[in-house]
Amino acid sequence: MASAPVHPMVPEPWRVRRVRKETQETFTLELEPAGGHGELRFLAGQFNMVYLFGVGEVPISVSGDANDPHKLVHTIRAVGPVTRAMRKVKRGDTLGVRGPFGTPWPVTAASGKDVLIVAGGIGLAPLRPVIYEVLSKRHQFGDVAVVYGTRTPADILFSSEIERWQKRPDMQVHITVDRAAATKDTIKSDGQERPPHATIWSGNVGVVTALIARAKIDFRNAIAMVCGPEVMMRFTVQELEKRGLALDQIYISMERNMKCAVGFCGHCQFGPTFICKDGPVFPYSRIETLFSIREL
Amino acid sequence: MESLQKILAEHPFTRGLDERHLALLTGCASNVRFEAGQRIFREGEEANQFYLVREGKMAIELFGVERGALTILTLGPGEVLGWSWLVPPYRWKFDAYALEPARAIALDGKCLREKAEKDHDLGYELLKRIAQVMEERLHATRLQLLNVYEVES
Repeated sequence: MASAPVHPMVPEPWRVRRVRKETQETFTLELEPAGGHGELRFLAGQFNMVYLFGVGEVPISVSGDANDPHKLVHTIRAVGPVTRAMRKVKRGDTLGVRGPFGTPWPVTAASGKDVLIVAGGIGLAPLRPVIYEVLSKRHQFGDVAVVYGTRTPADILFSSEIERWQKRPDMQVHITVDRAAATKDTIKSDGQERPPHATIWSGNVGVVTALIARAKIDFRNAIAMVCGPEVMMRFTVQELEKRGLALDQIYISMERNMKCAVGFCGHCQFGPTFICKDGPVFPYSRIETLFSIREL
Repeated sequence: MESLQKILAEHPFTRGLDERHLALLTGCASNVRFEAGQRIFREGEEANQFYLVREGKMAIELFGVERGALTILTLGPGEVLGWSWLVPPYRWKFDAYALEPARAIALDGKCLREKAEKDHDLGYELLKRIAQVMEERLHATRLQLLNVYEVES
C-alpha cells in the first residue's frame, strides 16, 4: 500500500534494479521503491528530480511505462558532473527521487486522431512513454508515425525496441542519422557493382525534418509531439506547419535549468512561465512568441 | 503500362507543369531500374542525366581515402537525384548508389539544356524547381553541420 505523499522537496529512496548502457553517452536506470513508499504514478512527459546523494540532483524525464508504476525508468545522458557520476551507479545503489513534476504529453487529446512523434537524440526518451501508451490503446488512435533522428547510427536509443516497433503493421517508424559510413570495402571497389551486404548503415541519412514528409498521416487531423534540441524543434514546427498542422496541435517539450521543480526558485523561468510547473510540455501556440526570443 | 508523361505529371518534382512542358520533358525521359548496390554515377564522370526517384532508396556518397565512403544523404520516392547536369562543367561532384532495388525516371541533361535554351519558359520553370531542391538540401546540410545532437556540458 502506498504511504502518504511526502513533501515535494523531500526525495524518496529508490533502489537501482538495473543499469543498461544505451549508447556511448546514454544509459538507462531501472529503479524500485527502497523505502516504505510504494508506486510512483506519472503521466507520459513528466519528469522527476533524481538525486545522487552527496553529488547533486538533476531533472530527468521518465522514459518507462506509465502502466508499470512500481518500476521507475530514467534514460540519462552523461553530460554534466551529476549525470557523469550517475553513470557509475550499480545495481543495489540508492538514489533519491522527487516527483513526478510538470505537464504531460496530450495523449488523451490525441484520441481519435493521427499521432506523429518527432524525436531528436535523447528526445526519444521522454516520448517513449507516449509510444507505450498509444500502443497499449492502439485502437483509440488513427495512423501513428514515429520520426527519429540522431547524429550517427551508434547514437540510436532503444534500438532493439525500435526494431520491434518497425515490424508492427500498425505503426510507421522512420529513422535517420546525420552522418554514416557507407561501405566497408569501398577502397577496393572500382567496379559498377558492390554487394549490398557491404553497407554498414543502409538506413536514411539526412536531417529529421526531411523525413516528416514520409509519415503517412492526415496532418489536418493529427497531433504532433516533438522533443529534441531546440533548433531541431524549431525547424520541425515549420515543416509541420507547412504540411497543414495547426500550431495548437503541435506540442513540444522544453528543457531549462530546473532546480526546485515546483516553481519556487525561478531557475527555469521562460518568459512568464516556469518550465518545471507550466511545462515541460507546451502546445506550441502557447510559447510561439517566446520561442523566437533569443535572450530567453 | 503508365505513360512516361503521366508518371512525370505525378512526380512531386514535375507535378503542376503544363502539358506542353511535360511533353518536352517526356522527350528527354526514360524509365530506369537499379539493383541494390549498383552504382548510379561516380564523382568526376560527365553528368548527363538526373533522376526522379519513384521507388527504393538511393545514397549520395563522398569518398575520402582516410575515411572511406561517407553517406551524405539518402533519397527516396518523390525526391530528385542530381543537378550537376545543369551547371558547367557538368561533372558529378559525388558518387551515387542504389541502396535497395530502385526505379526512377532518368532525364537526359543535354537534351533538357538544349530545349531550355530554345524555350526559356521551360528553362525558368526547371530552374525554379531545381533551385527549390537546392535550397532544401542546403538548409538540411546546414542543420547537419550544426551537429545539434552533440553533447554539451
